[in-house]
Amino acid sequence: MTVVTPLADPNRRASNRPNWEEPPTAAGQTGKGIVLFLVVAVVAIPLWMVLLTSVSTQSAVNRAGGMVLVPDGVTFEAYRQIFTNQLVMHSLVVSLGITIVGTLVSMVVTILCAYGLSRHGSFAHRPILLLLVATMFFSGGIIPTFLVVSALGGYDSYWSMILPTAVSVFNILVVRAFFSNTAQDLIDAAAIDGAGEWRTLWSVVLPTSRAVTAVVALFYAVGYWNTFFNALLFLPDNQKWPLQMVIYTYTLQGNAMPGTGQNTTGQYFGTQEITPLAIQMAVVTLTLIPILLVYPFVQRHFTKGVLLGAIKG
Amino acid sequence: MTALRDATPALRTPDPKPVKKSRFRRDRSLLLMVIPAVLLLIVFNYVPMFGTATAFQRYSIYAGFWHSPWSGLETFRQLFSDPYFWSALGNTLELSLIQLIFYFPIPIALALLLHSIMSTKVRTIVQSVVYLPHFFSWVLAVTIFQQMLGGAGALNQFLRQHDLGTFDVMTNPDTFALLVTSQVIWKEAGWGIIVFLAALAAIDTQLYEAAAADGAGRWRRLWHITLPGIRGVIVLMLVLRLGNVLTVGFEQMLIQRGAVGRDAAEVLDTYAYYYGVVNANFSLGAAASLFKGVLSLLFLLAANKIAHLLGEDGLYRR
Repeated sequence: MTVVTPLADPNRRASNRPNWEEPPTAAGQTGKGIVLFLVVAVVAIPLWMVLLTSVSTQSAVNRAGGMVLVPDGVTFEAYRQIFTNQLVMHSLVVSLGITIVGTLVSMVVTILCAYGLSRHGSFAHRPILLLLVATMFFSGGIIPTFLVVSALGGYDSYWSMILPTAVSVFNILVVRAFFSNTAQDLIDAAAIDGAGEWRTLWSVVLPTSRAVTAVVALFYAVGYWNTFFNALLFLPDNQKWPLQMVIYTYTLQGNAMPGTGQNTTGQYFGTQEITPLAIQMAVVTLTLIPILLVYPFVQRHFTKGVLLGAIKG
Repeated sequence: MTALRDATPALRTPDPKPVKKSRFRRDRSLLLMVIPAVLLLIVFNYVPMFGTATAFQRYSIYAGFWHSPWSGLETFRQLFSDPYFWSALGNTLELSLIQLIFYFPIPIALALLLHSIMSTKVRTIVQSVVYLPHFFSWVLAVTIFQQMLGGAGALNQFLRQHDLGTFDVMTNPDTFALLVTSQVIWKEAGWGIIVFLAALAAIDTQLYEAAAADGAGRWRRLWHITLPGIRGVIVLMLVLRLGNVLTVGFEQMLIQRGAVGRDAAEVLDTYAYYYGVVNANFSLGAAASLFKGVLSLLFLLAANKIAHLLGEDGLYRR
């Protein structure tokens, strides 16, 4: 590259701007700043209000008239309530279980399949690939899937939360594209050393593919964590519900949550220093937390993982 | 990539076209690895695909697939004479079109804006925040919208406190299309920029430098270099969107259908779900799904054809 680094010019401030580009106008900078600030605010402010309301006292909620924007009175009573609530805790365990087991199953199946199809010129890899990709463009729809899963005994059973959605062809293609880019010399060297395919996958390909496996694992985990429709379809008993179903029923639809002292109209009785709104927001926060915890570690790999999948198209 | 691989002498394949049997023997562990995924897809994708045959039956849950009587096109006659089906189809197309117009350009514009920001720090912060809602479930996203814009939400708290009257967007069928579109924008527009950012990053910077040297200003560079540079990706995304024109956020509709009513919120997928699963008219639900599936495939192929006619790659290279 012939581009001179900006620092080489003493008259300019340190910036990534290449020096052939005209300096930004003040109006342009301000405009961009305002737009970006608004974009960030539109996402961040609702999340902030959810978090804050979940830790607000009843008087704070009352003074705000509902959702709280400015910290007023802080209490963790809502969390004490939900952590002692049998239904919420059980759904948390269910959600965690589905997410952990599901992600493991999905990752094993995806990685194996992606590796099995990543070798150029291997036996039958083209027809198999076609078989996979065809499912992206045509599906049987809700009813036949429901009938098949029910016929296999998936009704009222946890595996129906995992197996029907265990394979994402898109994710297989993303991983496969990444595996195909693993240096062929490395794979050949492993073969010369007498490593079989399983050994090569485990010791050569996987260690060099951490970025893509992290991203795909996040995609799967989020998918399982967000399981809602399958639960609505296959789990009739609220003792088996995952968190999303609990939020749907008790926050979105506003039904009274068993064991929180709400009556059926959603009003609160008794002398409590916490409102149903705070409890609802605490449950919402509970489902946000795992995503917020894992997200920063995986986020920097996004472009890599998604880019490859997009090019593959 | 393929060309590169071909040029590399692969030790494993000394003979480029070994006999079929020996290729099978050589690759049998690879094939073994593919089996779990293929099995799952066959059971949960291909079997249901053939299960759409229930659309041509008078399916009864007691008789099951094998013993239910065949009914020819009767289910489709029933489907096409149901005014609610046409209303669902109309809603689907309307919502899709509105999203195409109001949602589709936003990720492109945001990506261009973000690409023009020089500070890596600002870019990283903005990206981290706007990608986030993509990972929330629709239940969560709609709950958050309800708390912001609903009857008891933050917006109406503000309106009430200032005596401005109230306006409940969450239950108003007239504004439902706008609500749905803004939800999609809130949840997905940020994530949508990622593919355009990748395309922008792939444009050769020397093109810009040369254009700047030739006196092309900021806007002319945008018009003559940046936009042509991401044209392929824009067309690809458009093709995929058109292929999905009959798919509008199923869960998103499902969980809001109760609040706004079926006249505004019924789309093809929710129609299939309510008729098929809730009302246990499995054949009718399957027929609605089949109708949607076939039409979607046709839309996708047509859109892809148009992309090819425009000289773009579309879904695959010709």
